[in-house]
Amino acid sequence: MNKVKTYTISIYSENNVGLLNRISSIFLKRHINIESLTTSQSEIDDVFRFIIVVKVVEENVKKLIQQIEKQVDVIKAFYHTDEETIFQETALYKVKSSALFEERHIQNIIKESHANIVTVSPEFFVIEKTGFRNETDRLQQDLAPFGLLQFVRSGRISVTKSKMGISDLLSKFKKDN
Amino acid sequence: MLPIASLEMKTRDQIALQEAESKSMKITGAEAVIRCLLAEGVDLIYGYPGGAIMPVYDELYKFQDQLLHVLTRHEQGATHAAQGYARTSGKVGVAIATSGPGATNLVTGIADAQIDSTPMVCITGQVASHLLGSDAFQETDIIGLSTPVTKWNYQITKASEIPEIFAKAFYVAKSGRPGPVLIDITKDAQFDSFDFSYKKCLGVRSYNPVPTLDNNAVNEAAELINKAKKPFIVWGQGVILGKAEEEFKDFVEKSGIPAAWTILGLSALPTSHPLNVGMVGMHGNYGPNILTNECDLLIAIGMRFDDRVTGDLNTYAKQAKIIHFEIDPAEVNKNVNADITILADCKESLTSLIPLVEQKTHKKWIQRFDDLMKIEVKEVIDKDLRPNKEGLSMGEAIVSINKHTQGDAVIVTDVGQHQMVTCRYAEFVRSKSNVTSGGLGTMGFALPAALGAKMGAPQREVVAVIGDGGYQMTIQELGTIFQTQAAVKIVVLNNDFLGMVRQWQQLFFDKRYASTEMVNPDFVTIAKGYFLDAKRVDKRKDLDAAVAEMIASDKPYFLEVCVEKEDNVFPMIPTGASVSDIRLK
Ligand SMILES: Cc1ncc(C[n+]2csc(CCOP(=O)(O)OP(=O)(O)O)c2C)c(N)n1
Repeated sequence: MNKVKTYTISIYSENNVGLLNRISSIFLKRHINIESLTTSQSEIDDVFRFIIVVKVVEENVKKLIQQIEKQVDVIKAFYHTDEETIFQETALYKVKSSALFEERHIQNIIKESHANIVTVSPEFFVIEKTGFRNETDRLQQDLAPFGLLQFVRSGRISVTKSKMGISDLLSKFKKDN
Repeated sequence: MLPIASLEMKTRDQIALQEAESKSMKITGAEAVIRCLLAEGVDLIYGYPGGAIMPVYDELYKFQDQLLHVLTRHEQGATHAAQGYARTSGKVGVAIATSGPGATNLVTGIADAQIDSTPMVCITGQVASHLLGSDAFQETDIIGLSTPVTKWNYQITKASEIPEIFAKAFYVAKSGRPGPVLIDITKDAQFDSFDFSYKKCLGVRSYNPVPTLDNNAVNEAAELINKAKKPFIVWGQGVILGKAEEEFKDFVEKSGIPAAWTILGLSALPTSHPLNVGMVGMHGNYGPNILTNECDLLIAIGMRFDDRVTGDLNTYAKQAKIIHFEIDPAEVNKNVNADITILADCKESLTSLIPLVEQKTHKKWIQRFDDLMKIEVKEVIDKDLRPNKEGLSMGEAIVSINKHTQGDAVIVTDVGQHQMVTCRYAEFVRSKSNVTSGGLGTMGFALPAALGAKMGAPQREVVAVIGDGGYQMTIQELGTIFQTQAAVKIVVLNNDFLGMVRQWQQLFFDKRYASTEMVNPDFVTIAKGYFLDAKRVDKRKDLDAAVAEMIASDKPYFLEVCVEKEDNVFPMIPTGASVSDIRLK
């Protein structure tokens, strides 16, 4: 209960200018670091989804959820452990093209890591790898000796193993009003 | 004589006008703002004009017979006045200001309303939408600034958004746990015309203001209550906001359980009620604090376990089972873990609970409160109210106010020693009579809040009790009081110190009085400069007559009471100590 763990917070909300600010101020006020944040459309047409990763004790993530749900434009918020979610991150690696042709080894690295080559130009090529943090990290370490021109990793995206029940909630609102 | 054709034209024009009024009609955003306010039943707003809000002010001029605008002398005053108005009237308070400095001046009052759950709608002008983000003259990101301290906020950049956003703003501000909402309107949205029609907001799909009552939880609560040997109620402002005073009284009387209040819960149950055992918290009464750590069941109703109430959480009511009646799910298990949580409007939950609780009297248990009260009377109260010092005490002034108002006044306090003393000794016979800044502790709150309180309950006597420090934070509102002639009675308890801070310096910083002594102006002359009747007393023998004269006046009145400079407020729970370690000296 009192162990710091990685939690994935999923927020369903109205797509509202200013809501991101409102949500991040909840973390700011409590001096809690956001490990990663992703926002996107959700499975429901006009509903937005935030995925926020934090490392806190469970009691704190519960309180965060309570404060997030309190926001008028938030429809529902959940938190899950890594075991309860399917989650991935995507990383992009930009490498000098010469490396691809001169170092045979690099082609093996790409193949073995199940990464994709997204684009190749005379000057550089870009590799994409989607997976867990340790996988994208490993690829970064493997490619580093060849001179990484750029490296970037996305925030976590995740879906839960269990049902979210948002559609039910929204249809209940329609019925009530 | 007019030619017939023109007569016909006129009639057609009139018909067109009538049609426009009955259906939707094209009006400017600025006029729409006024029509929205009128549709929400607003007849009074507080504010201060400036460039970015001038179109709305122009409409205020046209609508002045339907909507009174009170010009405060500072935007902070407008928010506190709106708060005072909301607290005594039970309606939504409205404050309006221009962009930039006008908007930032609202922030303190908004933060105060947020933490004290006061329904308020603030309207700010904003630079034209094409200038947003250009650091234009008086542009400030008031949405960003107010986000952490508003229940909801929104920037309107198109006139057509106005009706829906205003409807939502009022709905959000007053529903569930109330709070402040801010609407920022760009100047072009005030000028543009659109087809206006207004529909009240009945619900927002992402917002569930009142949780559905779980009857199982009520049953479990009743069981615990009926079994308890030493049950204790602590109530807060939720009882007042939920308009549940009657239900609350019925519950207390049927269950026979002693009940204590948080500072914002004060006045929900008459002071003289036999089961009202006083105040909890830092300067609360001795018994309720000590017995918090002896009760076997703590029933918290519409309160949020603020740290000024609980002291050290690790030693707070650990021996007791806890039932928490609460409307805001975010308060559940936030500071104190409850064994049973009853999430609902407390009017509804108490109504369900009352038939399930057994009629009881907890004589022996209540005797414990009485015994501890005797100690407090001897060690503290006697000294406060019958001091053997030459100078007056704050408590004496409050007792005199009680006497001359028969305890039936709205008492507005600022922040500091006078606030604690007033809340400890003021008597109340009616709910919604205590207006103070509890959660934020905003000095400067009382004078403008008293103006609003009087306008929200014009038939009631309103007495503001203020320290000489806090008074000078918003003293300019004497101008507003003079201009409106709102018959507020202003009592400044002058100890020539920032008393509460001085007390802490005395107790915890070896009497190093760093910047707490005040060289004060002649307050009576200042009040007279605003053409108010004003008086000063510094002798015990003159106090009663002065208070009587003040209360008898039907005009605004200023009374300075010079009190002992270095009196302290006791009992006291030092910061971080346990409620049961409350000190009597
Ligand atoms: C705006 C603001 N600034 C500072 C404080 C800190 N503070 C709390 S009580 C107090 C002293 C108040 O002095 P006064 O108004 O004279 O009242 P007294 O305690 O003497 O009754 C101060 C400075 C505050 N609560 N609010």
